[in-house]
Amino acid sequence: MSAPAVESRTRKEHRLHPLPLRIMHWINAVAIFIMIGSGWKIYNDDAIFSVLRFPDAVVIGKWAQYGLQWHFFGMWIFVLNGLAYLSYGVASGRFWQKLFPISLREILTTVGDALRFRLGHDDLTHYNAVQKILYLGVMLIGILIVISGLALWKPVQFSELANLFGNFQTIRLVHFFCMSAIVAFILIHVTLALLVPKSLVAMVTGGPTIDDGKPPGAVAPPIEATH
Amino acid sequence: MSIRTPTPSIFRPSKAIDQSVLTENRALVEVINRRGVLRGAVSLGALTMLTGCDVSEDDSVQKALRTVSAWNDGVQEAIFRPDHLARTFSASQVAKPPRFNAHFSIDEVKPVDGASWNLELAGRIGDKRPWTAQRIYQLPEQEIIIRHICVEGWDYIGQWSGPNLRAFLERVGADLTAKYVYFICNDDYTESIDMATALHPQTILATKYANEVIADPFGYPLRLRTSTKLGYKNAKWIKAIEVTNDFRETFWSKQGFNWFAGI
Repeated sequence: MSAPAVESRTRKEHRLHPLPLRIMHWINAVAIFIMIGSGWKIYNDDAIFSVLRFPDAVVIGKWAQYGLQWHFFGMWIFVLNGLAYLSYGVASGRFWQKLFPISLREILTTVGDALRFRLGHDDLTHYNAVQKILYLGVMLIGILIVISGLALWKPVQFSELANLFGNFQTIRLVHFFCMSAIVAFILIHVTLALLVPKSLVAMVTGGPTIDDGKPPGAVAPPIEATH
Repeated sequence: MSIRTPTPSIFRPSKAIDQSVLTENRALVEVINRRGVLRGAVSLGALTMLTGCDVSEDDSVQKALRTVSAWNDGVQEAIFRPDHLARTFSASQVAKPPRFNAHFSIDEVKPVDGASWNLELAGRIGDKRPWTAQRIYQLPEQEIIIRHICVEGWDYIGQWSGPNLRAFLERVGADLTAKYVYFICNDDYTESIDMATALHPQTILATKYANEVIADPFGYPLRLRTSTKLGYKNAKWIKAIEVTNDFRETFWSKQGFNWFAGI
C-alpha cells in the first residue's frame, strides 16, 4: 500500500524558511535594489513628475547609460529568480498554506489588534491577515511591474501587451506606481523585520523547524500572546 | 540631370579603414563569460550597497555590464518580428515640429547644403555610384505616421516620408543577406542597424516631415526612420550608407548604450 509512504512524506519536518527560499529571497533583495536604483536613474532623464527627481546619491549609475546597463542586467536576475520563487511557492504548497485563506473578519481583527499595539509576533510560522495581504499584494505588483516593464522595453514587438495599457506614457506611469508600491512595501517589510529581529534571523538561518503533518501554527500557540 | 562627380569619398581613402576599434570591441562582444557576469552581479551589487559609490565605471564592471548588453542584443534579435507592424496614427495626432534631440543643442546644428550633398554607398552594394539629393527626392515615397520613443522616456507621433530602405537597397543591388547597414552622418555621428530591421516594411530613408522637406535640425537632406528602434538609432544628416558583415561600435554604443535598441 502506498498510504504509509504518503503519510511519512506529509509528516516530513522542515525549517520555516527552507534553504532554496532563503537563497531566492536574498537574491531578490539584491535584484530589487539594482532595479530600483537604476530605475530611478533612468526616470531622472525624463521625469514624469517635474517636482520629483531622485538625488544622485541614491541612484545607480553615474550616467544614463550605466543606469540602463544595470537595469537591463538586473531584470534577468529579478525575472528568473522571481519565476523560480513563484514556481517554488506554488509547487511546494507554501503559498497556499501561508497566504490562504484570508478572511475579512481576520483582516478586521488584525487591524484592530495592530491599532491597539496588541499584535502578536511570537509565532513566526503564522502570517496574520495583513501580512498575507501584503505578501500576496507585493507578488502581484511584482508580476505587474515585469509585465509593464516588458511593454516599455518592447512596445512594438510586444504590441499586444503594450496596447492593454493605452499609450506609452501610461505604461511608464504603471511601471512607476508599481515601483512606488514596492518601495512602500520594502519600508514596511524592513521596519517590521527590524522590530521583530528573530524574523530577520529566521530568513538567514531558516527559523524554527515545523512539521507539515500538524496543522499550521501547532508548533507554538497562535496569535494569543498580548504585549 | 547628369550624375554629379563625387567629392573624394571617405570610403575610398588611400589606406584602409582603421580596424582597431573593430578588433578591440569584437573581443568584448564575443567573450560572453556567464560565470564572470554572475560573480560580478553578486559581488558588485553587494559592494554598491555597502559603499554607496558608483562602481559602474570600473573596468571589470563595465566589461560585465557590456557583456550583458551584448547578450541583450542577441535576445532582441531573436524576438524581433520582421513583418510585425508598429501601430500607426492619423495626421491629426502628429507633433509639429518634431522634438529635437542630439548630443548638442539645436543652435549648434550645422545645416547640410543639399545642392552639393551626395549620398555615398559602400560595402556589399552592387552599384556604388553616389546619389544626389535630387535623385533621391525623385524616388517613390512611403509615408509612415509612427511613434518616436526616446531612450530617455519621452515620445511623440511623427509623420515621415521618403524612399523605403528595402526598396532602395534592392535598387542599388545591396547584399540583403549581409548582417548590418551602417549610416555615417555629416556630424560624425554613426549608427548601424541589423539587416532584419533595415528590411522591415516601416523602415524608410526619410526626406519629409508632415509633407514638408525635413528641416535642418531634424536631418535634412536624409535621415533614417524606423518604427522598431529607439530614437538614437535613427541617424540624421546621413552622408554614407555601408552594407557589411562586420560589426563596429557606433556613436552611442561606444558610450555604453545598447546597440540593438529595439522597441
